[in-house]
Amino acid sequence: MSAFVGKYAEELIKNAKYIATPGKGILAADESTGTIGKRLSSISVENIESNRQALRQLLFTSPNALSYLSGVILFEETLYQKTSDGKPFVEVLEESNVIPGIKVDKGTVEIAGTNGETTTQGFDSLGARCQQYYKAGARFAKWRSVLKIGPNEPSELSIQQNAQGLARYAIICQENGLVPIVEPEVLTDGPHDIQKCAAVTETVLAAVYKALNEHHVLLEGTLLKPNMVTPGSDSPKVAPELVAQYTVTALRRTVPPAVPGIVFLSGGQSEEEATLNLDAMNKLEVLKPWTLSFSFGRALQQSTLKTWGGKKENVGKAQEAFLSRCKANSEATLGKYGGGSAGGLASESLFVKGYKY
Amino acid sequence: MSCFTSKYADELAKNAAYIGTPGKGILAADESTGTIGKRLSSINVENVEENRRALRELLFTAPGALQYLSGVILFEETLYQKTAAGKPFVDVLKEGGVLPGIKVDKGTVELNGTNGETFTQGLDGLAQRCQKYYEAGARFAKWRAVLKIGANEPTELAIQENANGLAMYAAICQQCGLVPIVEPEILVDGSHDIKKCAEVTERVLAACYKSLNDHHVMLEGTLLKPNMVTPGSESPKVAPEVIAEYTVRALQRTVPAAVPAIVFLSGGQSEEEATLNLNAMNKLQTKKPWSLSFSFGRALQQSTLKAWAGKEENLKKAQDALLLRCKANSEATLGTYKGDAKLGEGAAESLHVSNYKY
Repeated sequence: MSAFVGKYAEELIKNAKYIATPGKGILAADESTGTIGKRLSSISVENIESNRQALRQLLFTSPNALSYLSGVILFEETLYQKTSDGKPFVEVLEESNVIPGIKVDKGTVEIAGTNGETTTQGFDSLGARCQQYYKAGARFAKWRSVLKIGPNEPSELSIQQNAQGLARYAIICQENGLVPIVEPEVLTDGPHDIQKCAAVTETVLAAVYKALNEHHVLLEGTLLKPNMVTPGSDSPKVAPELVAQYTVTALRRTVPPAVPGIVFLSGGQSEEEATLNLDAMNKLEVLKPWTLSFSFGRALQQSTLKTWGGKKENVGKAQEAFLSRCKANSEATLGKYGGGSAGGLASESLFVKGYKY
Repeated sequence: MSCFTSKYADELAKNAAYIGTPGKGILAADESTGTIGKRLSSINVENVEENRRALRELLFTAPGALQYLSGVILFEETLYQKTAAGKPFVDVLKEGGVLPGIKVDKGTVELNGTNGETFTQGLDGLAQRCQKYYEAGARFAKWRAVLKIGANEPTELAIQENANGLAMYAAICQQCGLVPIVEPEILVDGSHDIKKCAEVTERVLAACYKSLNDHHVMLEGTLLKPNMVTPGSESPKVAPEVIAEYTVRALQRTVPAAVPAIVFLSGGQSEEEATLNLNAMNKLQTKKPWSLSFSFGRALQQSTLKAWAGKEENLKKAQDALLLRCKANSEATLGTYKGDAKLGEGAAESLHVSNYKY
């Protein structure tokens, strides 16, 4: 085969397919300690381990929310944390048929000689780390590559570096039983129009899938986490139907049918925007050989975070806010979202220029 | 969009989709003068223009056959020929709802320093030729790239050269209103097993689609003409279901959903083999976002040719033979072929010729 079929092949295929179940999606709760610190400070909560634990417990024990999730991406610290009752988070998730995932990259570094373009770190001992994570219960992984649009960007160097990095990460994961989520994020920053974003996204995705083929990655045991195709952050917004059309066209032109599911990142979109765009894609009457779902971080947690404010007495209300977004996005994966679960908080843009995790 | 949108964009997408209509496929009747000469000599017919014309008239006027075809690929000479009654072949096809296509490559040339690997010629003046062909009524084109499996083949050089050639050809065609059929044929010659063929096919197709993306080709206005994934010619045969499984999986791993249809070449398969394999693919319950059909030359014409033998009194027998294979393959595109096409003489005959050159 062109693809590596190791001892985990069947399990990888099964897990990837499960994560892509229509009606379900992924909660990206893998914010690094530094990044979660920004979230916590925005609600005036101290960035200490017990608060990080409390937030994730709030999310993972939200009544009924887990039924809309097929996976949760965790940061390494969280993989080993427990509820205040002493139950490992991993068990909480597994009991509700939610597959634990793990962020395995170590952030980005600039590529010398480019205009602020980056490559992603994390290869050292990656195989050994994946084995550890597998033992701890993780069954999928995530690695974020970042590209930007500019007059001369993304450069061929950046595209090649990031595509090769994603492919190498992916095969190492598969060797160790973890389904790799392949995330080539093209940032929204910039004044470019939606056509430019489409052209860049298609070029990047074509390079990614060529690299995956070269590295013998088993596509049936992977997932894709791309950006939606939208105008740049400095450009006027467009309707969800247009975002849907450009996005799905870009994916149809580049993502082989063997990939079971595509789980979008939300970038800087508000909770409601992200849901409406996902819904529009699933309503689109065109042939889509992969499921289209979500892997949202900010777009699932924003209003939950604000409602919580770090206070125990707000946990119930915060969990309701979380359930509301999970349910909305679940409906969006089925093209059945009717709108209306947008509280004022849900419409708030989450765009941060030059966003770094 | 990534693709270079030409003024023909909508027309290209429409024609490509039409060629992929379920129940229809392509007759590859684009044998060059040299190649058709071999066919004619096998039935003791002289290779002169009149005989070439007569053969093609036989095919294109076969009663009931055109309904099973969405396209016919022609050689340049044929594009300008007429029936004995004076009607241009192009008109005969159009009236039968069949799009005329044109072979635009100029054959293969060996790649220096390789073990008999080749690249395909034909880019010089291609745009001008395509414009002329469009004016003459052609609406799609075909270009055959060839790769082989060996101890060290296909090499990265051969893969890159051929993928690049296909992409350049495709981009030029689209600028001139012709839907490019992208044909990266991996020859069946060899003693390799089906797994090896699958691995090579996946590698080659991945390179092709990367090149097409690099060259801004609009995939919605293209077709793919690949080999089926089979064991090598010197290896034991396998069941159609196995061929179907390996072939469709290779395509799922490499061919984007934007491509409307995949029209297989028959290689050296017999008429019946090719039909059974195509049928098995269409029966397979798995993701197939493109239609799976045929673009057969030998596998549509073999028994017709034998039945004709160059004699006018055999016309009806020959045309019946063609109709039989067209109908069988039409059913195969729907997964409903029952294997009951009365085997014309030669339908089960292998058409493999070692190291086949057009």
